[in-house]
Amino acid sequence: MIHLELPSYRDQSPEVADRFRRLKERPVILEVKGLTKTFDTAQGSVTALKDINFCTHQREFVCVIGPSGCGKSTLVRTLAGLEDYSSGEVLLDGKPVRGPGPDRGMVFQGYTLFPWRTVKKNVMLGLELAGRSRTAAEEEALQWIDLVGLTKFANSYPHQLSGGMKQRVAIARALANQPRILLMDEPFGALDAQTRAKMQGYLLEIWKNIDITVVFITHDLDEAIYLADRILVLKAHPGEVQELIEVPVPQPRNPSQLLSPEFLATKRRLEELIHPPGAETEEGVNGDRLNMVRMVPVNAKVESVF
Amino acid sequence: MNKPWFAVRKELSSRRRTFLAVMSFVFPLLVWSLVSYVPFIWHPQVEVIEAGEVDYFRAGMLVDRTVFEQERETLRAEGRELPTGTRTNPVYLPAPHEVATALYTAFSTEPQRRNEKWLHESLANSIQVIFWGFFLSSLIGVPLGILAGTYVAVSRLTEPFVEFFRYLPAPAFGALAVAILGIHDAPKIAIIFIGTFFQQVLVVANTTRKLDPSLLEAAMTLGARNAGLLFKVVIPGIASDLYRDMRILLGWAWTYLIVAEMIGASSGITWFITQQARYKNFDNVFAAILIIGIIGLTTDLILAWLGRRLFPWQRAARA
Repeated sequence: MIHLELPSYRDQSPEVADRFRRLKERPVILEVKGLTKTFDTAQGSVTALKDINFCTHQREFVCVIGPSGCGKSTLVRTLAGLEDYSSGEVLLDGKPVRGPGPDRGMVFQGYTLFPWRTVKKNVMLGLELAGRSRTAAEEEALQWIDLVGLTKFANSYPHQLSGGMKQRVAIARALANQPRILLMDEPFGALDAQTRAKMQGYLLEIWKNIDITVVFITHDLDEAIYLADRILVLKAHPGEVQELIEVPVPQPRNPSQLLSPEFLATKRRLEELIHPPGAETEEGVNGDRLNMVRMVPVNAKVESVF
Repeated sequence: MNKPWFAVRKELSSRRRTFLAVMSFVFPLLVWSLVSYVPFIWHPQVEVIEAGEVDYFRAGMLVDRTVFEQERETLRAEGRELPTGTRTNPVYLPAPHEVATALYTAFSTEPQRRNEKWLHESLANSIQVIFWGFFLSSLIGVPLGILAGTYVAVSRLTEPFVEFFRYLPAPAFGALAVAILGIHDAPKIAIIFIGTFFQQVLVVANTTRKLDPSLLEAAMTLGARNAGLLFKVVIPGIASDLYRDMRILLGWAWTYLIVAEMIGASSGITWFITQQARYKNFDNVFAAILIIGIIGLTTDLILAWLGRRLFPWQRAARA
């Protein structure tokens, strides 16, 4: 890596430091205490999550990042109540969480829109289940659809929408329930780079304007730094918290910050944590490497690619 | 229009599709016509026109060609009057035009005996039996299948037995059904029920299990629980596949019809077919078989068309 003179990712400008101080004074929405999950396989018991502790404050944006197999999806699914845990506690507004519920909205990577329902009906489902009358549910749903800019597509079916649009519907559907917290499991992972950047912008815009706390899973370092107030870095085998990073990039965010010193400093730190320099020699090298020999004929016209 | 006709899993233009669909009917009809109308293809028998001096020949009689040739040889050697005849197919293979005529006359011919039924009455009877058998089976089978596909407990409680029972051939219950339910339509309906029900439970349960589990998870995070999950997600989610299953199962019900109608007092279209075969009216037999095919195909086309209207969101998946 080219060596750049960067500040430490711990250096915070007075404004940023002040914001974090105020952020931590806000009420705690989600508290995770000693969360551990093991499951049994044919090879014996595997610890997917080990003693995870963290809390998120109201209207905070937390990203969870880690190498593959670190259990970040398991973590968010556990928070959603879709998976059991072995020990520890998950508290939402101080009350323990058991099973899935409308107080925790979830957006999945695979969109998971109901294909037989139109956009409007998809957004209406949660409201219908909450016992809202049809007209009230419809009216409310349309407001959320408007919020994500899909009014024109209210009566379209999911298959008629692009990936980005589908994910906006999924966000509107989760938000329509007015959950305390929005859990997002690599929601933009299946989108192309341009759509993904646009979606990040939309998401920040939505987050700014409504009272919602976000826990966002990603494996994309830039995405995590760009979106998050704080980044929870996990490590694999077992899934443990490595560090909770306070992102020193000032808010509100904009794409021009992607090359700012704070941003790059944070990214360097994340690289160190997730792809530690020594790691390759430990396990990768012999097991997972191309076994290349030169296969270009001696008299080839283009002898070298360099 | 230079696209290849044979490209692996590539769609054809709608003109080609229609053309091929028509050809799928034209081709067998062509083979049938060739065998029927070209005298030197097959035609293993001879229809006697003049008996000549063969004792047992009668005009209009069908004899095997070898027998006919032998008799001719014998007579020629003895210098007696030779029989004449034309090559023909056996009586059980009528020509297309004969069957086409029979399609009309079968409906317009009065039954041979007073207590026998007209063809359309037989048909109506058959359709009624199918309907009740299939309806009663679905009435229990579909909900049970959905529950078995949704709840593991229901699945474990029902499916092992159903799995066992579906290997028992429905016709084997014929005698039992007659003993219990009498000789009229009831045992026939029972046979169709037995033939359909056990398959139906398994097929519906499987279809239900194929529903994308992430949709259920999404619904649960939106606050759906047992009943809400079942009625707002599971049932609408599988509705279109369920509909397709029912179309296939209805086809199976038709195959059981023929067996069902043989037991007890023979009735319906099967009775018509066996009766006509007894009179050697094979053109009527073919006509009746064709009618079953036509009814089946028409029902299926109507159901397919209805399905497209009922499930508009499915269109993309197919295109």
